[in-house]
Amino acid sequence: MAKVVYTVGDDVSTDVIYPGRYMATVLATETPQYAFVDDVEFSARLNGGKVPKGSVLVAGKNFGCGSSREQAVSCLKGWEFTIVAASFARIFLQNAINLGLHVVSAPDIEASEGDDLEIAKQEVVNKTTGKSFTVQPLPRSFQAIIDAGGLIPYTRKRVLEAAGKA
Amino acid sequence: MGMTVVEKILAHASGREEVSAGEVLEPAVDLAMSHENAALVINRFLAVFEGTGLEPKVWDPAKIAIIFDHRVPAESPKTAGNQKKVREFVAQHGITRFHDIRGDEGGICHQILPENGYVRPGAVVVGTDSHTTSHGALNSFSFGIGATEMASVWSLGVALNVEVPGTIRVNVNGRFLEGVGPKDLILHLIGKLTAKGANFRVIEFHGETIRSMPTSGRLTVCNMTVEAGATSGVIPGDEETIRYLREVAGVKDDIELVHPDSDAPYEQRIDIDVSTLVPQIACPHTVDNVKPVDAVLGTKIHQVVIGSCTNGRLDDIAAAAQILKGKKVARGTRMLVFPASGRIFQEALDKGYVADLMKAGAVVMNSGCGPCLGVHEGALGDGEVALSTTNRNFKGRMGNPRGEVYLCSPEVAAASALTGEITDPRKGA
Repeated sequence: MAKVVYTVGDDVSTDVIYPGRYMATVLATETPQYAFVDDVEFSARLNGGKVPKGSVLVAGKNFGCGSSREQAVSCLKGWEFTIVAASFARIFLQNAINLGLHVVSAPDIEASEGDDLEIAKQEVVNKTTGKSFTVQPLPRSFQAIIDAGGLIPYTRKRVLEAAGKA
Repeated sequence: MGMTVVEKILAHASGREEVSAGEVLEPAVDLAMSHENAALVINRFLAVFEGTGLEPKVWDPAKIAIIFDHRVPAESPKTAGNQKKVREFVAQHGITRFHDIRGDEGGICHQILPENGYVRPGAVVVGTDSHTTSHGALNSFSFGIGATEMASVWSLGVALNVEVPGTIRVNVNGRFLEGVGPKDLILHLIGKLTAKGANFRVIEFHGETIRSMPTSGRLTVCNMTVEAGATSGVIPGDEETIRYLREVAGVKDDIELVHPDSDAPYEQRIDIDVSTLVPQIACPHTVDNVKPVDAVLGTKIHQVVIGSCTNGRLDDIAAAAQILKGKKVARGTRMLVFPASGRIFQEALDKGYVADLMKAGAVVMNSGCGPCLGVHEGALGDGEVALSTTNRNFKGRMGNPRGEVYLCSPEVAAASALTGEITDPRKGA
């Protein structure tokens, strides 16, 4: 069970998740401080240690549209968020899989801040409202990367295979 | 079953006779492009080799391009440090397609690639920039990826786990009205499709309007397909593709164009007649919030921006110069122009466009991404409104979440700079 700490609507862009003016910051240890930084209230809660790790962020359709900046994923991963969205934009979703950010696609998801969600492989149950929502499986092309624990370990394995060392 | 343009390119790059939408492939990459975010790619690339006992080595330095454009010259010691790190890496690994901060060969990655002949018909191009979609204008399959995925490409030379996208066919016919052009077409299409209407799919463009459009306009159109969520835009190769590659890009070797089969499968077909299309404006804060110019006429603007990978080419600057020549930018409105490359800047100088713009009151800035992504220069003040030929109007995009950005064509931007409010270029200023 995890608590919803933040909800956003449709078409939330990577400029909103991680504004361009912080793009010179690239290290995954440094990007989390700028997650949703233009939402002053939420940013203060996050950086003030008031949001427990492993909390849930609920979004509408096309979450992460726009730029390919990977900081938009690494900043959320740093807080160990689970993102439950009605749908994701392509590059954001691929970056999330590559970096191991927990993303769940549930097309009809309805949840408010403070709700408790139980997230399983095939459905998300909103324990607060009693409603359940079907999870749309991720594209199967992602499975090998997920199984390896992300794209870096997966690529490492492939590099070693190519060098005849695996 | 026939194949679309992108299916043909992916089949060839994967050593297959035939592929269809939904299959998962590992196509060989012909060109891997990054900008300043190469600094992050380098971190991730080195992480791949950690603990392997192998020396980190890129698969093919000749197929990597790195262009500094997002923050040029550096706005901070942090950016300067990232750029320095990339320069050292480039030298160490023998990467030759490196475009540093220079007035002769520098510029925005999505102009540097085409004008130097780095993109060829049939190529698979990946870039750590979402507007890599632009290069479909030269009949390639080009798409944006993240930094970690680029590290994987640098290591292996293939794009891992690419699912063949379905294709939307857009047929565009009719002749543009005076003062209406490629930007209005793509804004109109994005409004129609919405910001997610083409997610995970490719948009393939056909029709007489596309056939008679120069490559500069095709780059504008393909550039913004990502704003409808598309993996890429693509244009079947034709005489104009060859003209551009030979005359502008100086390509000497063989060019093989890729066309779709007559029975290629399309998931959706859209017909657009541009003969009645009026100037289009994308209103704050989403690119699909598109309205005809009439709906927002008279909106007061504080900053006009002409440039970017979308509309910073010579045709765009010429259109603006023609409207501004001998006139003055309205007091209370500042106008910023940034040519897409050093080469375009020099051509604009030679043709007198730079003088026309400066005499009218515009500030002509060095080539680069400039104010488009609000990192570096041209930020908005609280409550200020920008009218811009760039590609995104997301909240905070131009450096301030309390500012607003409207997107438009160079003609609308120039006509509006004269009045200080959103103006229809067809009604004259």
